[in-house]
Amino acid sequence: MADTISTKQIIKPENLVHKKSAVMTDTTMHYCPGCGHGTTHQILAEVIEELGIQENTIGITPVGCSVFMYNYLNIDMQEAAHGRAPALATAIKRLMPDKYVFTYQGDGDLAAIGTAETIHSCNRGENILIIFINNGIYGMTGGQMAPTTIVGMKSSTTPYGRDVSLMGNPLKMTDIVATLPGTYYVTRQSVHKPGNVRKMKKAIHKAFEYQKKKKGTCFIEVVSNCPSGWRMTPVESNKWMEENMLPFYPLGDFKVPEE
Amino acid sequence: MAKIKGAIVIDKEKCKGCGLCITACPTEVIALSPEVNSKGYNYATAVNMDVCTGCTNCSLVCPDGVITVYRTKI
Ligand SMILES: Cc1ncc(C[n+]2csc(CCOP(=O)(O)OP(=O)(O)O)c2C)c(N)n1
Ligand code: SF4
Ligand code: SF4
Ligand code: SF4
Repeated sequence: MADTISTKQIIKPENLVHKKSAVMTDTTMHYCPGCGHGTTHQILAEVIEELGIQENTIGITPVGCSVFMYNYLNIDMQEAAHGRAPALATAIKRLMPDKYVFTYQGDGDLAAIGTAETIHSCNRGENILIIFINNGIYGMTGGQMAPTTIVGMKSSTTPYGRDVSLMGNPLKMTDIVATLPGTYYVTRQSVHKPGNVRKMKKAIHKAFEYQKKKKGTCFIEVVSNCPSGWRMTPVESNKWMEENMLPFYPLGDFKVPEE
Repeated sequence: MAKIKGAIVIDKEKCKGCGLCITACPTEVIALSPEVNSKGYNYATAVNMDVCTGCTNCSLVCPDGVITVYRTKI
């Protein structure tokens, strides 16, 4: 080795800069290789650890690929019926207002079967955080079209691509909830690149801080991938997402509180 | 002038060989091993640790929390 220090000398506790959060359990996640669900779990766990709120956070899991999320984060979690996570979060937060309460939902869960719960919780301004993983597809059930599937996008039920004249237009939930008076902070993020992961982390930090101040609903969309459903390698799926999803679902803040 | 040196530790049994860390690394430290782990994945391995700066890009994008990053000034 050319340098004066060996790898062994660098790998010491005092030089540690990043490792898997202690809020994550040791259970191997069932997600496909490269799936953004895993990355988002890691970031969320990291923020919960940094804020020191592990004992005071309650998560609501959806139906979809992330249904077993409660096995992966070592916090209190409650499974909801398909799409009903915001309703359950509403009840839990109202009964335990000092807890940090979030939902974690896919686009099939949040934007199809759970559209009513999503919109009404946001409109009521429930003091919860909604994390919305938008991979443009129903991942768990075999890659069917979701309301979020972009025009031309292939899925198992749109093998020739989504055709607006037959299937209607894709639904932009984040744009919609940003118009509601009950939402306080609404943003669209991604976790496919290191810079995006850093921004996503800041967004979750902010959302929990606003929840502490009882500001209303915070809503974070994560434009994500589904390598298996999209029939791509993980690296290809992130590239496809960047080139095709992000122009339709541009990243950034939709509603920023006046500080 | 102080120089930054980094090093990574990969928990190869937890790796799913997705390759996202390889794309994220600015200095091409990581590659997939021709060998597979017990789950059958070609796991990530550091092939050029000398150029690691400890930037944490690889560990930030890893969905499975496989990579631990260390950094020091020399
Ligand atoms: C009441 C009900 N309807 C339908 C289903 C079937 N189902 C399970 S998961 C799912 C969609 C999941 O898609 P999404 O929310 O986008 O999550 P992903 O799997 O992509 O993460 C559907 C329709 C169900 N389990 N229960
Ligand atoms: S099917 Fe898609 S969303 Fe589900 S774990 Fe696999 S890659 Fe992730
Ligand atoms: S810490 Fe940075 S330089 Fe080192 S392997 Fe990871 S991405 Fe590459
Ligand atoms: S990102 Fe993680 S799981 Fe994927 S190849 Fe790298 S170390 Fe393995």
